[in-house]
Amino acid sequence: MLKLRDGIVELYKKVATSIPGDVEDALKTAYSNETEQLAKESLNIILQNIKIARTTARPICQDTGFPVFYVRVPKGLSHQLVRDMIIDATRIATDKIPLRPNAVDVITEKNTGDNIGEYFPIIYIEETDEQSLIIDLMLKGGGCENLGQTYKLPAAWSVECQAQSEKDATTLDLRRLAILAERDFDGVRKCVLDAVFKSQGKGCPPYTIGIAIGGAKDQVSFLSKKQLMRRILDIHPNTVIAELESKILNDVNSLGIGTAGLGGKTTAIGVKIAAVHRHPASYFVDISFSCWANRRGRLIW
Amino acid sequence: MNLNTPLTREDVLSLKVGDIVSINGLIVTGRDKIHKFLAHEMPDKKDIPFALEGAIIYHCGPIIRKVDGAYKLIAAGPTTSMRVEMYEADVIKTYGIRGIIGKGGMGEKTLNAMKECGCVYLHTISGAATYLADRIKQVRDVWKKEEFGAPEAMWLIEIEDFPVIVTMDAYGNSLHSDIEKVSLENLRRILQNE
Repeated sequence: MLKLRDGIVELYKKVATSIPGDVEDALKTAYSNETEQLAKESLNIILQNIKIARTTARPICQDTGFPVFYVRVPKGLSHQLVRDMIIDATRIATDKIPLRPNAVDVITEKNTGDNIGEYFPIIYIEETDEQSLIIDLMLKGGGCENLGQTYKLPAAWSVECQAQSEKDATTLDLRRLAILAERDFDGVRKCVLDAVFKSQGKGCPPYTIGIAIGGAKDQVSFLSKKQLMRRILDIHPNTVIAELESKILNDVNSLGIGTAGLGGKTTAIGVKIAAVHRHPASYFVDISFSCWANRRGRLIW
Repeated sequence: MNLNTPLTREDVLSLKVGDIVSINGLIVTGRDKIHKFLAHEMPDKKDIPFALEGAIIYHCGPIIRKVDGAYKLIAAGPTTSMRVEMYEADVIKTYGIRGIIGKGGMGEKTLNAMKECGCVYLHTISGAATYLADRIKQVRDVWKKEEFGAPEAMWLIEIEDFPVIVTMDAYGNSLHSDIEKVSLENLRRILQNE
């Protein structure tokens, strides 16, 4: 079982120090398409950074994130054993790679120093009929995590520019927009556009955006984040959802927020939606963001 | 354009939104806990081991390792600046800060303090942590490491050819608020073109 632990340490290393090929390709495409100078230069530095991290085996970003594990175990393998391995591996990886210690005790405000704490890392385990143990890991940056939003439809709200400098006092009415989101896919689209508008460049765009529609409150948060594990070119099997993903991606990229929030053509490289059955009384829409450094990887054992 | 730290008022006034600048010299890091501490406790300047007059604060919680007895920055990109919006104006005014390096921009309160005191916001590329760490030549010192933990401590570091973009200047201009306005107009257009 030591080998499994070492395998998880290697998984950490791969995920922290490299970007999945599909994400890197999407960033290269964004670079080729970009015409705005600041966005182009930012993407150039991002692509150089990816190369430096890979060749020097250093973490892509200093925020090595919240480790999130999605584990599928074959029948009969102890969940507790897998948890123990992950925790051991986390401690070793934090020291060896190194990862930034990110687990802070909310009672004492002390950083534990080894990325181990209450529910830290996050581990989701399910049992399957498959023969192999499959461990998916996402290193979820804190900046983009803070931008996640949950909406309950129907809802009406207004969006406004936060910055209200004196010189704009006369155009104040032009900087406020009323939104009415009904219980339909157009309402969903309005929620996503609202969340992206509010995020601007704070969470390191170009973003990958995970969305969950339906379900219960705890389910949608889980599911929207899990969508960030899907590959950029992955197309949803349901054509109606696939169309909505494509429409929302197109709309998000028409906002003009761009790389690093400095303006430009690419604000998001992917939009991935999960739709699950809802209660007649509820219509949840949950949105999770990943920064451009969408760090994910898989270990098959 | 090149600039050396500490910055003077004249240095700051020579910068305008959109300028691409390369920074050299000593700067300090500081994020959530340092800002809360400086704004609430208002420690006396003589109790702070580094001169903050004319300094640049880098919103960064680095990955640091000790190699042969010396600290080395492994990865050191910017963190979201907006989280310290409620403290930054007081920090600028109290300690004479002339520059902030971060990502995502800051709000109206900070913009006004920058205009009043002569300070700029310098945006650097989010997530470009190895690229930027390679422009940090040396870690000189650290303050509050035991109390706040390594990522949240104030590190005194020496940078060379550190690339930044001026996105909020001392004249009240903010590229972030410009982009926000443009994106709101685009949002209006997208939602009305049904």
